[in-house]
Amino acid sequence: MNGNSAIGEAAIRAGCQCYFGYPITPQNELTEYMATHLSRRKGCSFIQAESEIAAINMVYGASLAGSRAMTSSSSPGISLKQEGISYLAACELPAVIINMSRGGPGLGSISASQSDYFQATRGGGHGDYRTIVLAPSSGQELADLTHRAFDLADKYLVPVIVLGDAMLGQMMEPIEFKHEAPDELPVRSNALRGAKGRPSRIIKTFTSKPAELEEINWSLFRRYQLIKKEETAYEAFMVEDARLVVVAFGIAARIAKGAIKNARSNGLRVGMLRPITLWPFPSQKLKDLSKKTKDFLVFEMNMGQMIEDVQLALEGKGAVYFYGRPGGVIPTPTEVSRVISRHYYQKGLKSAK
Amino acid sequence: MRKVYTRPRSLKRVPFHYCPGCGHSIVHRVMTELIDEMHLQDRIIGIPPPGCSVFAYHYFDVDMAESAHGRGAAVATGIKRAYPEVMVFTYQGDGDLAAIGTAETIHAANRGERITAIFINNAVYGMTGGQMAPTTLSEQVTTTTPYGRDVNLEGYPVKMSEMVALVRGAVYIERTAVNSPANIRKTKKAIRKALQSQIDGLGFSLVEILSPCPTNWKMTPLESWQWIDKEMTKEFPLGVIKDITGKTDAD
Repeated sequence: MNGNSAIGEAAIRAGCQCYFGYPITPQNELTEYMATHLSRRKGCSFIQAESEIAAINMVYGASLAGSRAMTSSSSPGISLKQEGISYLAACELPAVIINMSRGGPGLGSISASQSDYFQATRGGGHGDYRTIVLAPSSGQELADLTHRAFDLADKYLVPVIVLGDAMLGQMMEPIEFKHEAPDELPVRSNALRGAKGRPSRIIKTFTSKPAELEEINWSLFRRYQLIKKEETAYEAFMVEDARLVVVAFGIAARIAKGAIKNARSNGLRVGMLRPITLWPFPSQKLKDLSKKTKDFLVFEMNMGQMIEDVQLALEGKGAVYFYGRPGGVIPTPTEVSRVISRHYYQKGLKSAK
Repeated sequence: MRKVYTRPRSLKRVPFHYCPGCGHSIVHRVMTELIDEMHLQDRIIGIPPPGCSVFAYHYFDVDMAESAHGRGAAVATGIKRAYPEVMVFTYQGDGDLAAIGTAETIHAANRGERITAIFINNAVYGMTGGQMAPTTLSEQVTTTTPYGRDVNLEGYPVKMSEMVALVRGAVYIERTAVNSPANIRKTKKAIRKALQSQIDGLGFSLVEILSPCPTNWKMTPLESWQWIDKEMTKEFPLGVIKDITGKTDAD
């Protein structure tokens, strides 16, 4: 099954009731999957919207009404959705947004890239907010993390972004779905469905009182602190004895893993830290690693975005090197192996005690 | 003594913030009377996007949710698709519905979404201080057309209701005004019919209401009522623009 379809199936099995999308390559299989498998399900709705902006605002509406709702797009389309994501965050509404990212800036290219890291992890739209960002690196993880995205969105009442890329979306891999679609989901207590048997309710973001808005921002901030504490996720691969730790996420981490296995077979003690949540970022784990490892190689398919979070986390307690390929070019494991070896030998890690 | 006039149940006991002579308070009153009369208070959701009427949620005693500027029809679509049992109306200004939200409005209408748009046309951007709206009349002076709207430079007043009427999914479109007791009664009748078409699941309905903005028109309330009759209705004639509900008056 291709990655895009796997997301669709996982979403349906997570109880996604509403999907609204707009065609853009390389994620069309997902929209098509939902058109085929969600649109006629009882109590579910699928719309091919007139724009990405309309799609995210339909998600906002469906979420207002208490529905599990999702939209998907790729980089240029995700830019258009930022308005809606900001409103979702402000109104404390859950939603799942899939970004199968492609090369940028501008219309860019349709091949895989990781150049939306900043946009995804810094909120993306206007205002002081964050979104949880999950970064799958395989077909199986696309399915698992899509499911988790719905749960996290409902648990914390925040929009959750799944940041994949063109390559993950197109790759065919065997996938095991661990859940059956629920027959019925409980209705969220803050859902707007008409003021039956209760006082009427207002869901809004605008206020003419700065102090009121400050309180809203404090409340969001406290929730974000809780998310940082509870939900940070990563994979640590062969880091125990590593003299060089590669930091990579998503498909780049998949490529790096091959490179690290090569390096290990040549006797180089290399490991990898792969953030699974890009926000919250596993800063503490990096700090812990820096007690034993002093050299870090950040590998991204962009010209250096996550590296800033790595540097912030390490607080100068380790040397940080960078290797990046931007613009939708896919580096090979052999190429990354060469970079690893070069750093390893140049920094004298082979002979280090 | 028999009470003949009272505050509608679904209108909150909160003083309006609107300027003296503004049409919003009249339309709010008419809407809430209808919500009471049609027994909708516990099964209707209102969507006020940015504009003077973003604060409508302080006055309507029904579930209300703000939308982003222009996105009312998309948000209403999402609600209605997720929970079709509920009634949904948007309450949008001319800048919102006929400029930034043109696409959302046309496409929601084309899909025949079972929602009702209340479209307040006062020919200016009110909340931001009286800039040119898509519906600003030719030669009308606003803060961004200080020499009068020149149609060669700034384009023509947009006849959004007529545009929406062209799409198949729109079932009921009427243009009314709130500048006289007779027109206010017609407005109420039009909104009743629009809401009824939604109850009957027929498709998209829209009522455009020519509404005075004395503050930004720099007129007295009375002058603004007269200006609607003398100037606005020339460009925006009142009456039913489209009715394929197959029903006679709901009154």
